[in-house]
Amino acid sequence: MKKYPSNPSESMMNKLFKPLRLAVTAMLFSTVLFSCSSGDGENTAATGQGESGLANQSEAPAADDGKGIGPVTSVEVGEGVDEALAAEGKTIFEGKCSACHQLSDQKIVGPGLAGITDRRKPEWIMNMVINPEEMTKKDPEAKKLLAEHLTQMTNQNISESDARALLEFLRQNDQNS
Amino acid sequence: METLISKFKKVAPKAALLMAVAAGAALQGCNKSGGESDKAVDSDAASAVYVAPGEHDELYSFLSGGFNGQVSVYGIPSGRLLKIIPVFSQFPENGYGYNEETKPMLQTSHGFVPWDDLHHPKLSRTDGMADGRWLFVNGNNTPRVARVDLKTFETVEIMEIPNSAGNHCSPYPTNNNEYVIAGTRFSVPLDMKGGTADVSMEEYKDKFRGSISFIKVDKEDGDMELDFQVLVPGFDYDLANGGKGPSNDWVFFTTYNTEKSGTLKELGASQNDRDYLAAINWKVAAKYAAEGKAHEMPANYYHNKLDHGSFQAKSEVKKTVRYLLPEECPGMMYLIPAPKSPHGIDVDPSGEYMVVNGKLASSLPVFSFSKMQKAIENKDFDGEVNGIPVFKYESVLQGEVKEPGLGPLHTEFDGKGNAYSTMFVSSEVVKWSLKDLQVKDRIPVYYSPGHLMIPGGDTEKPYGKYLVVMNKITKDRFLPTGPELMHSAQLIDISGEKMKMLLDFPTVAEPHYAQAIQADLVAPNSVKFHKLDENTHPNAVKNEKDVSVTRNGKTVTVKMTAIRSHLTPDNIEGIQVGDTVLFHVTNLEQDWDVPHGFAVMGANNAETLIMPGATQTLRWVPKQEGVYPFYCTDFCSALHQEMQGYVRVSPKGSNVPIKFRMGEKKPVPPATASVN
Repeated sequence: MKKYPSNPSESMMNKLFKPLRLAVTAMLFSTVLFSCSSGDGENTAATGQGESGLANQSEAPAADDGKGIGPVTSVEVGEGVDEALAAEGKTIFEGKCSACHQLSDQKIVGPGLAGITDRRKPEWIMNMVINPEEMTKKDPEAKKLLAEHLTQMTNQNISESDARALLEFLRQNDQNS
Repeated sequence: METLISKFKKVAPKAALLMAVAAGAALQGCNKSGGESDKAVDSDAASAVYVAPGEHDELYSFLSGGFNGQVSVYGIPSGRLLKIIPVFSQFPENGYGYNEETKPMLQTSHGFVPWDDLHHPKLSRTDGMADGRWLFVNGNNTPRVARVDLKTFETVEIMEIPNSAGNHCSPYPTNNNEYVIAGTRFSVPLDMKGGTADVSMEEYKDKFRGSISFIKVDKEDGDMELDFQVLVPGFDYDLANGGKGPSNDWVFFTTYNTEKSGTLKELGASQNDRDYLAAINWKVAAKYAAEGKAHEMPANYYHNKLDHGSFQAKSEVKKTVRYLLPEECPGMMYLIPAPKSPHGIDVDPSGEYMVVNGKLASSLPVFSFSKMQKAIENKDFDGEVNGIPVFKYESVLQGEVKEPGLGPLHTEFDGKGNAYSTMFVSSEVVKWSLKDLQVKDRIPVYYSPGHLMIPGGDTEKPYGKYLVVMNKITKDRFLPTGPELMHSAQLIDISGEKMKMLLDFPTVAEPHYAQAIQADLVAPNSVKFHKLDENTHPNAVKNEKDVSVTRNGKTVTVKMTAIRSHLTPDNIEGIQVGDTVLFHVTNLEQDWDVPHGFAVMGANNAETLIMPGATQTLRWVPKQEGVYPFYCTDFCSALHQEMQGYVRVSPKGSNVPIKFRMGEKKPVPPATASVN
C-alpha cells in the first residue's frame, strides 16, 4: 500500500525539519514519533500506539527550552524594531491572524497578543505560527493554551520569512504599548 | 406488496435447493444466491482487499453514477467510497448547482437542467495511457460532455452537444486527447439549426440522422471546443472505443437499429441478423474538416466553464457548428457487419483486435485491424450505405468466440493476452484467450453485469491485477432496504489463471462504466487548499476588516468571511422582505480539510460549502419579516456550534438602516493600546 503525506504542510514540513527531526526524535523516548504528529491518517493499525490526544501526551514530554517545536531554532532579534519588517508583518497579521487574535489582552477566539514577546521566546512565537498543530500536541505551553481556548490554532500556511515579519510586528506592538 | 418475510417463506431452503439444482436456463436474480457465491469467494479474499486504517488504496476508481448524474470515487482494492463528484446534478452536500458560482454549469439551451444520466467516465490520456489529469464524462439525456479536474475532483467544464439525442456513445478520448468523441444513441430529425425538427414519426427512415461530435481538447488546460461533427445514417450509435498502436487513428462505434425502426424498437430494431460496427479515421476526418470540406449550420448550444481563480462558472452560447458528410469524404468512414444488436466495442491492448459484444448474438466476433486495412486496399466491399462502404464480414473477421455465455455486453483486457467479457443474461464474467479465442474460465457475478473494468484495460498496458464488474441487480447481496437497493460492484482478482471473487461493495445509483488509475498518478497533485492570495472572486474579502453589507435597489450584497469559529459579520440588519440577499462568503482558512458551510433559515436552495481560500455565494430572498439565524454547517472546531449569526428582516419599505457588526466594542485596557 502506498502512503501519501496526510497533511498539506507535511511535505513542506519534512523538508524544513530534516535536520531537526533527528534531534527531536532522539529526544523522544516514547513511541510518539514525529511522523505521528499530524494525528490523522499516518498511524497504521500496527503502529497505532502513537495516537495523539491528551491521554497519551504525558508519555512524551519534549525537552522544553522554551523555544517550542518547529523549524525555528534560533532567531536574531535586533535591539530596536525593524519598522519596515514590522509593517510587512502588520499586513500579514491583518490577513491571516486578526480574525482570531486581538493586539490587546482581549481574547476573541485565541488569546490577546499584548505582551507576548515578553512571555515567550521569539523562536516559540514563530514555531507556533508556522507549526500550530504539533505545538499544541507537544509543547507544554501550547498545550495549556489549547486547553484554555479549546480551538486548535489554524495552520495558515505561513512561511518562515512571513513568521519573522509577524514576530517583528508583535515586538513593535509590545514596545509601543 | 411483497415483504421480505413472505419472500423468505416462498424461497425457503427447499426452494433454494431446487433452484440450485435446476441447471440450464440461467435466470436473472436468485438462482445464484447462497452456496454458490460462497464457493466463489477465496479464503484469503479479506486480506487481499484489506487496507489498514491509515493506509491508502493502490488505485482510484471512478464509477459513473448513472441516473444520479454524479461520479463516485472508490479506493481499490478496499472498495471504500472516497468521494462523490456532482457533475450534471445539483448536490446539496456542497451547494454545487445551487450556489451562484456553479449554477451556470447546468445551463443548457433547454434552460437550467439540474440532472442527467451519466454513463461513461474516461480518463484523459498521454501516449495512450491514463495521465491522471482529467476525467471526461457524458450526460446521456440532455446531450452533454463534462470534464472533471483531478486536482480538485471538481467538475470544471460542461459542454452541450447540438444535433444529438441520447448522448450514450460518449465520451472517448483519442490517445493524446486530440479529440474527445461523442456519438448520439438516438437518431433524430435534424432541423439543421442544431436542434430537431417537427417531423412525423412515419418519416423516420428518411428524415432521422445521427451525429458524431469531435471535441478538441486543449493540451495545457483541457478546455474543450466542438471542432466538427460527422452526420451519419439514422441508426442508434451505442458505444465507441478508440484504437491504439497500429489503429491509433481510428475510432469504432457499435450501431443497432440499422433497420431504422421508429417504434417498438425491442422488436423493430432486432430484425437484421447483422448491424454495423462503424469505423472512422479521426485523423482523416480532422484533415477534411481543416481542408474546408466542412459545412456550417446554425446551432445553439451552451458551453460552461468554471474558473479556478474566481471559483465562478460562466456560460457561453455557441451559434454555429461545422459538419462533414461521409459521402463527401472518401476514406473517412467504413461499416463492418456485426452480429445482431452489438453493444460494447473494445479494442485489445495491441490495437489489432476489435471485439464486438452482440447482445443478441450467440458468439463474440473478433475483427482484425490488419485485415480491415487489407480489405480497404483490395476494395473488398459488400455494397454501401449512404455512400459509406460496407466490408464483407469474412474479409475483416479474425474469428468468433463460440458459446461464450448469454448476453455478452462488454470486454476488457489484462495485458497478458486474455479478454474478459460480461454476460448479462447468464450473470457471469468469462475469461477467454485472444490467441485461440477459447474460453479459459468463468465466474458467476451478482447479478446481471453491464460494464466491467480492468484498471487501464482500455489502454496499451492494462494493470492486470483486478477486475471490477458492475452489476445491474443487487438482490440478496446486502441487508434489504425496501424494494430499491443500492447497485453493486464486485472486485475480482485476475492475477492468476482462475478468477477469484474478492469483494462486494454497494455503489451509488447504477454504475455504468468505470475507470481506474494508480493512486500515485493522481494523489500527489491533489489540491489541499486554495491560496487566498490567488482568489480572484470579485466579491472575495480576504480580511475581516473589509467585510461589507451594501444595498443597491432591492439587492443587498453581503461580503463576509468565515474562519474557525466565527462568521464576520454575525449580525446584519436593514434587510427587507423581498430583497435579494447575496451572501458572498470567503473562507479565510489556509489549512487542509477545513471547509466552512453557510446556511440560512428558509433559503429556497441549499447550503453552500466553501473550501479553504475560496469564495461562494448563496442567494436568499426572505419572504417574511423576522430574525433569521445563519450558521456554519461543516464541523470546524470545538466552538463550531457558536459559528452562527442573525439577519434581521424588516417589512418592505421600512426605515431600518443597513447595519452590521461582529463583536461588541469593548474598552481597550490602557496598557495595550494598538499600534500607531
